[in-house]
Amino acid sequence: MSIKSTKINPDKFHISQWKFYVILLALSTFMILPIIFMFSQALKPMDELFLYPPRFLVHKPTMENFGDLMSQTSTTLVPITRYLFNSVIITGSVVLLTCLVSAMAGFALSKKNFMMKKVIFEANIIAMMFVPAAVMIPRYFIIETLGLTDTFLGHILPLLALPVSVFLVKQFVDQIPDSLLDAASIDGANDFVLFRKIIFPMIMPALATVAILAFQLAWNNIETSVIFMNDENLKTFAFYMNTLTSKLENNVAGQGMAAAAGLIMFIPNLIIFIFMQSKVINTMAHSGLK
Amino acid sequence: MSLPDVSVQREEESNPAVLPKQAGASEGKRPTLGKATFLQKKKWREEGSAMVFIGPFLILFILFIVIPVIAAIGLSFTYFNTVEAPKFIGLQNYVNLLTQDNVFMMYVLPNTIKFSLIVGPIGYALSFWLAWLLAQIPKKSRTVLTLVIYSPSMTAGIAMAVVWLIIFSGDSAGYLNSMLLKLGLIYEPVQWTQSPDYLMPIMVVVSLWGSMGVGFLAMLAGILNVDKELYEAAYIDGIKSRLQEVFYITIPSMKPQMLFGAVMAVVGTVQAGVIGVQLSGANPTPQYAGQLIINHIDDYGFIRYEMGYASAISVILLLIVYLFSKLCWRLFGEKD
Repeated sequence: MSIKSTKINPDKFHISQWKFYVILLALSTFMILPIIFMFSQALKPMDELFLYPPRFLVHKPTMENFGDLMSQTSTTLVPITRYLFNSVIITGSVVLLTCLVSAMAGFALSKKNFMMKKVIFEANIIAMMFVPAAVMIPRYFIIETLGLTDTFLGHILPLLALPVSVFLVKQFVDQIPDSLLDAASIDGANDFVLFRKIIFPMIMPALATVAILAFQLAWNNIETSVIFMNDENLKTFAFYMNTLTSKLENNVAGQGMAAAAGLIMFIPNLIIFIFMQSKVINTMAHSGLK
Repeated sequence: MSLPDVSVQREEESNPAVLPKQAGASEGKRPTLGKATFLQKKKWREEGSAMVFIGPFLILFILFIVIPVIAAIGLSFTYFNTVEAPKFIGLQNYVNLLTQDNVFMMYVLPNTIKFSLIVGPIGYALSFWLAWLLAQIPKKSRTVLTLVIYSPSMTAGIAMAVVWLIIFSGDSAGYLNSMLLKLGLIYEPVQWTQSPDYLMPIMVVVSLWGSMGVGFLAMLAGILNVDKELYEAAYIDGIKSRLQEVFYITIPSMKPQMLFGAVMAVVGTVQAGVIGVQLSGANPTPQYAGQLIINHIDDYGFIRYEMGYASAISVILLLIVYLFSKLCWRLFGEKD
């Protein structure tokens, strides 16, 4: 039946695909130019940063900007390395805990029966349309009431309530046949064994996706630093980047360092996504909302 | 789907005592007296163990989503300056917002509508179009191009604001300025991000650039998973063009992903609103040119400490987001 059978998801290159390539390459170029520019700017030595008229690409790449950045201290005398350290700890915790919390919740919502299950699932779907920035004020009071101001937990806990991740995991667990779980539970496995030995290994692709989302959320997060933290020592690298922007106008020397900092923000995202992208697409196939 | 090695079975062999009890429970649906209490107990144990799994999320969900939303609604009926206790003033905040707040009516609301109507639908259509184009090429090149197109959304936000700021730098040594000067399109450097005329268009471009996020990936996966036989059947039934194919086959077969993408687009658009403040480095933005609802909340909440009023704006914002999502549901939701 190949009279005019579909060309979606073709196996190999065919000359008729040229028009798709032309459009895609044009748009991709627009997408990637600023990123190339960031790389190039971060690697520029001082004389190239001051060059007039400015040149887009770097000629003699150097790591100078990174060295300068690392030896910087903020206006409040907190070293950059401290901000980076905070970001690493916070992001690591958020990623691990989000995976665990959403895996458990996804399992319960998909395979367990309990009171309010429908209500919780519906509430979670509505919450996917929730914009955290809109309720930073009440969140601030909750954080203060719980005594989490100026603690790492104040950074971590608010980010763990991530409805999208629970939704994605739940949809993925739905694909696991009940018969498999029934068989194991007749053989005497309790819920914890089921979760650890069957569910957990099988939902790895969904967890990879959740990990990426949680990583982006935590690594790029500024709000918790601005609103919940008074102690400069507890703020994050993203927050430090934010303070750089206000000083950028007409400050050429700072541009190289700012781009270097941008690169430090960008590279981990990129690496994680490259490693996990096939799993992400796999998970997203089940992401439909009905 | 490949099944993992189920080592549970081996564990059970070493512990055969569990087997008869469990088997009895699952078969014993007939309510004899002794079994009734046993089933009752089992039911509560089920309930308890489910709670252990859902519990942590539920607590966080209530603490950081449910209570804040309720509290925002509550605070929106009060005057609250964080120093004195909140004072109930009824609907005054909402009345003020709609009748007294000139900045809101003259700048914030029109800006928000303009920004959302451009970035939301265009970003969404662009995501779908790009995903569809990507589905037309083989896997290897698709993977690379997907990465390229997705990567801006990874750092959308502060890291990228920095890069754009350097590009839009306001003196003649700024990259865009020097390029346009050389081409003779402008005669003196433009203060791009400080100019009320250019801030909004720049915000739109930067937001669109970073809008190929989760929704885009979901739609790509959706398009790739449409059953190929559907297309073949459709061609026999007389579909002629690829455009017809998209509207009669592709979109209807991936409605759930379309809906997911749409909801993500609505939420993403609202959250992208902070870009104006990041680019101009000031809240309020120059002459309120890039002021969106989300900045207005910050302005009143964390700069003027009028928490009650800021909460009223938050409630309005949440309502708007909710209504738009419901609209998407109308368009793509499956009726059952």
